[in-house]
Amino acid sequence: MSTLQFEIQLLAAVVAAACALPGVFLVLRKTALMSDAISHSILLGIVLAFFVTGDLSSPWLVLAAAATGILTVVLAESINRTGLVREDASIGLVFPALFSLGVILISRYAGDVHLDTDAVLLGELAFAPFDRYELFGVDLGPRSLAVMSGILILNLGFIIAFYKELKIATFDPGLAAALGFSPLIINYALMSVVSVTAVGAFDAVGSILVVALMVTPAATAYLLTDRLSVMIWLSVGFGVTAAISGYWMAHWLDASIAGSMAVMCGVIFGLVFLIAPQQGLITIARRRLRQRTEFAEAMLTIHLSHHEGRPEEKEESALATLYVHMHWDESFTSRIARRAEENQLVVTEENQLILTDKGRRLAEATMAL
Amino acid sequence: MFSFASDLIFDYTLRTVAMGSAVLGMVSGVLGCFAVLRRQSLLGDAISHAALPGIVLAFILTGSKSPMVLILGAAVAGWLGTLKIISIVRMTRIKYDSAMAIVLSVFFGLGLVLLTYVQKTPQAAQAGLDTFLFGQAAAILERDVIVMSIVGAFGVGLVLLFWNRFKILSFDPEFGKSLGLPIPLLEVLLTSLLVIAIVLGLQTVGVVLMSAMVVAPAASARQWTDRLGMMIFLSAVFGAIAGIGGAVISSSAQRLPTGPTIVICISLIFVVSLLLAPNRGLIWSWLRFRRDRKQLHLDAVLCDLYSLAMHHDNRHHAHSIAVLRTMRSDRGGGGVLKSLEELEKFGWVTHISADNWALSASGIDQAMKVAASIGKQPE
Repeated sequence: MSTLQFEIQLLAAVVAAACALPGVFLVLRKTALMSDAISHSILLGIVLAFFVTGDLSSPWLVLAAAATGILTVVLAESINRTGLVREDASIGLVFPALFSLGVILISRYAGDVHLDTDAVLLGELAFAPFDRYELFGVDLGPRSLAVMSGILILNLGFIIAFYKELKIATFDPGLAAALGFSPLIINYALMSVVSVTAVGAFDAVGSILVVALMVTPAATAYLLTDRLSVMIWLSVGFGVTAAISGYWMAHWLDASIAGSMAVMCGVIFGLVFLIAPQQGLITIARRRLRQRTEFAEAMLTIHLSHHEGRPEEKEESALATLYVHMHWDESFTSRIARRAEENQLVVTEENQLILTDKGRRLAEATMAL
Repeated sequence: MFSFASDLIFDYTLRTVAMGSAVLGMVSGVLGCFAVLRRQSLLGDAISHAALPGIVLAFILTGSKSPMVLILGAAVAGWLGTLKIISIVRMTRIKYDSAMAIVLSVFFGLGLVLLTYVQKTPQAAQAGLDTFLFGQAAAILERDVIVMSIVGAFGVGLVLLFWNRFKILSFDPEFGKSLGLPIPLLEVLLTSLLVIAIVLGLQTVGVVLMSAMVVAPAASARQWTDRLGMMIFLSAVFGAIAGIGGAVISSSAQRLPTGPTIVICISLIFVVSLLLAPNRGLIWSWLRFRRDRKQLHLDAVLCDLYSLAMHHDNRHHAHSIAVLRTMRSDRGGGGVLKSLEELEKFGWVTHISADNWALSASGIDQAMKVAASIGKQPE
């Protein structure tokens, strides 16, 4: 592995970690698509600041972009507050307009500069290490690595400093307001962090894949835990894993690194979606199957107790014709009968099912529900 | 203005682009209404992004770049993406917004991987696939417009055919269930139609901006009417106007991309609707608010004067404006003089001397009417 490869992977991992941190709160606060809106509309800020400063690496670009991110949130919320347009529609109205303005400005006035819209949308991680950051002639590594590390530290600092506030404002905004810290301010602070992160990440991974890195690892972690702190660490872990495996996938296919990172985010999500211990598909399927069998067993005991000691008992509890009375299919009926016998709910005598005391108790308990 | 009109008729490219954009605006306007009413505005964004891998895969599998093939690929991928969103929301505790963000970005990432993969293989014809990102309206041919019109007409026709069912689905799905309508099936059908509308637009407006074409015409139309039929009609008209307007404006200047210009046009239509639409519009409700406030203030001063007069044998006893101002101290006592002058015009109060005002006979009647209308006798 060459230094170049190492630097790209390091950058990818730092970007993923920086995105995963605010992503947790986006997922929990049900504002995941705000990341999509912000990452698009920051283009306008970048373009405007570029026209003013004439320098693509000016720190003003980051500030202006973050300001447009906030502007997006403010505009969407004020449209929503008129009560004339719902929240989802107001987001969907604001960001395409701002993004379109950005695209129009670029194609009209910035034709020849290195600021084309494909690059903004798609990013290119592979070129990032060639833009070096030097201080007094000493090479300090790729510029974007320095920027993203700064943003990672900022995000980490933000979450550590305001952990309690974020937690309460996320899970119980009413309580947060009663305790005296405004959920509104917390929301705007979080949106500023998202904007800054999106700006930092966009030239590495592009604005659409920022969404993948923010939302997918956090949603994956959400399937696995109920604890906020665990969810944060898990989502950073998933993000970094997706970044590094994505790099190697891209290497192997000779395809876009950013795209591969997003695909790996999706693959990890898919795996966890299948096998998560509480929320996974397999667990859910097994739980449903178990519940179905248990319910059928209970129904069987009820059926038997209903006809117990009555003239039709012989007819109703005959193993061979049971499926007719239960309205089940034949193989399911014999499977349930076998299980009920194993669980000592019934015993078989001369091809008749007879309830045990345990079975009778189950029937009574179920009917009492 | 005239030259635009003549260009629109005689310039082949412009005419084709404008017609294509108009068709797109109409179809997405019609289907966008249901998305907006069902709070699925951002689904358009997710579907359009999710369509990218389908476009590239369709190209890889067939080697063809004909719009019909690519649109089919886009539709399949967009549809799969929608199903994924639905299944994530149904089976886990992940909410709708996160599910959309996941599908949108992961599918788009996959599309990007496929796109860069194809670009490095020696197939010569792959160039041009990435125009789907922003769309390339100028490249639309007449036969594309015909394809778009046929597919669009099919979509709109289905909406008309299922009009009542879609209406119930949008406003009261529970009621629909109780009627025995196959609500989940209708949902899938309506969403599939939305997918069709979106993939039609990908070539013109592109993946990124397509969501605006779904949301903005419908959200604008919603401001002007409370009736679904009218809303859908207006939405189609707004979509078409934005399409033609965007095409004409972008052709009139150098380096003005069509897709973003169309989006700016429809956004302006939305702003105008938000401000000006009768009844709902912001300017109207502001005027109404002012009128109501003035009326309330008039009533308040009149009642104040009445309740003061009740303390005197002579109901027409004059009171000083200073007292009335104190009684309206919640608003700093401002505007009392103006209200009195207004009341005098109705003949309800009389200006007795410099600072003193009294109720007239008709003023007493009016004050009692006001008091009765708020269900409370003045003390």
